[in-house]
Amino acid sequence: MRASDLLCSRPEGLYCPPGDFFIDPVRPVARALITHGHSDHARPGHRAVLATAETLDIMELRCGADFAGSKQAMRLGETISLNDVKVTFQPAGHVLGSAQICVEHRGMRIVASGDYKRQPDATCAPFIPIPCDVFITEATFGLPVFRHPHPADEIARLLKSVEQFPERTHLVGAYALGKAQRVISLLRQAGYERTIYIHGALTKLCDYYQSRGIELGDLQPATVEAGGKEDFAGEIVVGPPAAFSDRWARRFPDPVACFASGWMRIRQRAKQRGVELPLIISDHSDWDELTETITETGAGEVWVTHGREEALVRWCELDGIAARPLHLVGYEDEGD
Amino acid sequence: MRRFAELLDRLVLTPSRNGKLTLLTDYFRNVEDPDRGLALAAITGDLSIAAVKPAMLRTLVTERMDPVLFGYSYDYVGDLAETVSLVWPEPPGHHAANIRPTLADVVGALQSASRSDGPRVLARLLDRADISARYAIIKLVTGGLRIGVSARLAKQALADLGKVDVSEIEELWHGLTPPYADLFAWLEGKGPKPETAAKALFRPVMLANPVGDGDLERLDPADYAAEWKWDGIRVQAVCEGGIRRLYSRTGDDISPAFPDLVEAMTFEGVLDGELLVGDPQRETGTFSDLQQRLNRKTVSAKMLDRYPVFVRCYDLLQKGGEDVRALPFLERRARLENFVRRLDPARFDLSPLALFSDWPALEEMRSNPPHPVIEGVMLKRRDSAYLAGRPKGPWFKWKRDPFTVDAVLMYAQRGHGKRSSFYSDYTFGVWAGPEGAEELVPVGKAYFGFTDEELRQIDKFVRDNTIERFGPVRSVRADRSHGLVLEVAFEGLNRSTRHKSGVAMRFPRISRLRWDKPAGEADRIETLQALLDRTIDYSETETRIS
Repeated sequence: MRASDLLCSRPEGLYCPPGDFFIDPVRPVARALITHGHSDHARPGHRAVLATAETLDIMELRCGADFAGSKQAMRLGETISLNDVKVTFQPAGHVLGSAQICVEHRGMRIVASGDYKRQPDATCAPFIPIPCDVFITEATFGLPVFRHPHPADEIARLLKSVEQFPERTHLVGAYALGKAQRVISLLRQAGYERTIYIHGALTKLCDYYQSRGIELGDLQPATVEAGGKEDFAGEIVVGPPAAFSDRWARRFPDPVACFASGWMRIRQRAKQRGVELPLIISDHSDWDELTETITETGAGEVWVTHGREEALVRWCELDGIAARPLHLVGYEDEGD
Repeated sequence: MRRFAELLDRLVLTPSRNGKLTLLTDYFRNVEDPDRGLALAAITGDLSIAAVKPAMLRTLVTERMDPVLFGYSYDYVGDLAETVSLVWPEPPGHHAANIRPTLADVVGALQSASRSDGPRVLARLLDRADISARYAIIKLVTGGLRIGVSARLAKQALADLGKVDVSEIEELWHGLTPPYADLFAWLEGKGPKPETAAKALFRPVMLANPVGDGDLERLDPADYAAEWKWDGIRVQAVCEGGIRRLYSRTGDDISPAFPDLVEAMTFEGVLDGELLVGDPQRETGTFSDLQQRLNRKTVSAKMLDRYPVFVRCYDLLQKGGEDVRALPFLERRARLENFVRRLDPARFDLSPLALFSDWPALEEMRSNPPHPVIEGVMLKRRDSAYLAGRPKGPWFKWKRDPFTVDAVLMYAQRGHGKRSSFYSDYTFGVWAGPEGAEELVPVGKAYFGFTDEELRQIDKFVRDNTIERFGPVRSVRADRSHGLVLEVAFEGLNRSTRHKSGVAMRFPRISRLRWDKPAGEADRIETLQALLDRTIDYSETETRIS
């Protein structure tokens, strides 16, 4: 069978005709398979949802208990059959609960990787390469300029700055799902034991991560109590990036704006956002990880989606791998 | 090299002056010689490395990677140095940690490379560096770090490091050479103050305090001499043992940009004065004429002809071999008069004393100066010695009141650093067009002059009256019946072909919020145009004469 008969792009999202299901659809559908909990991939309103237990929990936390008609939890590594199509979820290393979805039918195997990364991450299971005929890869950082450094080095720069500017608050912008918990976890791994203050928008997810056994240490809400703004001098506060240009940020003394994101690789991006200390920490693969992963899967064909498709397609061509952009709409880079 | 690269990365994104100083002093404290001295020289522009052209850089990188992929990358990043630093492929079998070069290794290799060898040496250095070090290396060889740190700020960081006054560093500076090991030793208390054997060094200048409320009531007018305050730039002209230097007031050597003036510096001594455009005997040009000559490395014959410069002298620090700074002002002044008389009258003249009997008379002179390029008066105590820095008491500057205009707030942009949660940069406009069809034309942008409380009020107004958002910028409602009127104070107007309104303000700031004033009653563009016509444009005068 042809690959495009097994998975094809529809306005609702990536569709499997023989299995009659969608992967990460952007509009409400009858049956949706969800790779991970970021809001551009995991939307409410589907009749039936199949995802990992963590992704289902996260969707419930973010969208309410009635986010779908019915839900079914998949274990990582487990295979089920949907109308004769074999479906397997394998870890993607992106955020807690994230999975690649491997779809197999009549000898044709396609892996929809969702968002993924190869760097070690204590807050989720590591990516497992799956040999396949067609590999569907993201391309959020699909340009040779994106080379993520070791996250430990980035955290070391943050801690050095905290030491250099003890009278200021370090405000670390990090998206609520995944990045925030990863930054906190990295700080703990670096031996930072002080209380870390968090914006209210992170509370539910941090609590959830901790309930799943991920160590985040002592977290407190970043609210001004009886004391004053100076209470936060020398402290680290983590919050969603949008909150920093908000009036919320005024409660901190002379804050150092930090932003944990793969986009921080580009100086102009940091400058435009008024970021003083960019932390290049990403939950997506960088260029080297993308190209190495494509090679590792042994896929003869690659479909490239959401991001900078053209460079990755070009790289595949140079490497003798058939490749084409897969035009799916509606995916932002919420996770980074 | 890693620490230097990290310093550059942080400096470029740190908006506050204090933040930059902390980063610099920490660096100078923690990094050893000669790396820290070389970094200092790179920042102050005193490091000489043969330049590599952008085209060469592009060739080097496309020899190592697919040009199409490079093209995509460069299009996305937009900055060649940054793109190359990111995409540069690490050579095979490369093991990062153990062979990272120091800044001294890098500078040494670049300085000893021959012209033909340069690209190969650069490529080898890039092979051995990580991304941020590659960026720093490329910045070093393409010239101009552009990190928002002036030589003056770097010297202030040195002063902070050694807990000395910055004027001491400025005075020494031109006698020192990279990597400044003797300077650092002195600052850290490990060595004597470096000897200044070099000739024609900069002397720290004496600065005036603004006249504050009630200052004059306590002073006797008979103790003070007054001079006009000319609207040029403060310079120090030094000639010693055949060496001639023109310094800015912060001790930057600006001689190369003013060969016309330096040629006429045939004296032996140190003069303090105002650099102006024009011919002292005929006409003094405006600041916007002078700007044509500022911040240039070289200057064309046409520029020299069209915008000749001269110095209007107001003090003498050294006469021949004699340091006269300790003498009273009037005695220095008498020597200055004799001294200037012997100089080329097309390049040097004397700043005349303005005679006055009492403070009200001086106030009248300040408010109605006899020449458009005068921006106020200077007061100097007759017995004052020439002291470095800004001592309180001997010298005052008393500027004429600024111009003001009532303008309407049009756009607001989010600030940086401390102000990143505030809309704190304001673009304002005045009315133009026929009656009944008036529209606002932007005439300037200001981001200070208001109190913290006023900032909060304007921020609220912006959020409540936003019409559109463009990234960090919001347009706010501004029509005849609704809008916030800002009283904007400014020092002068320049003609501008870049702005739709045809005018550009100098030093605009918000002086008052006019919540009481209806937007429709704000000023019209004609008010500013009339002001523009009042100030004489030297270049036009010259055209009229010739």
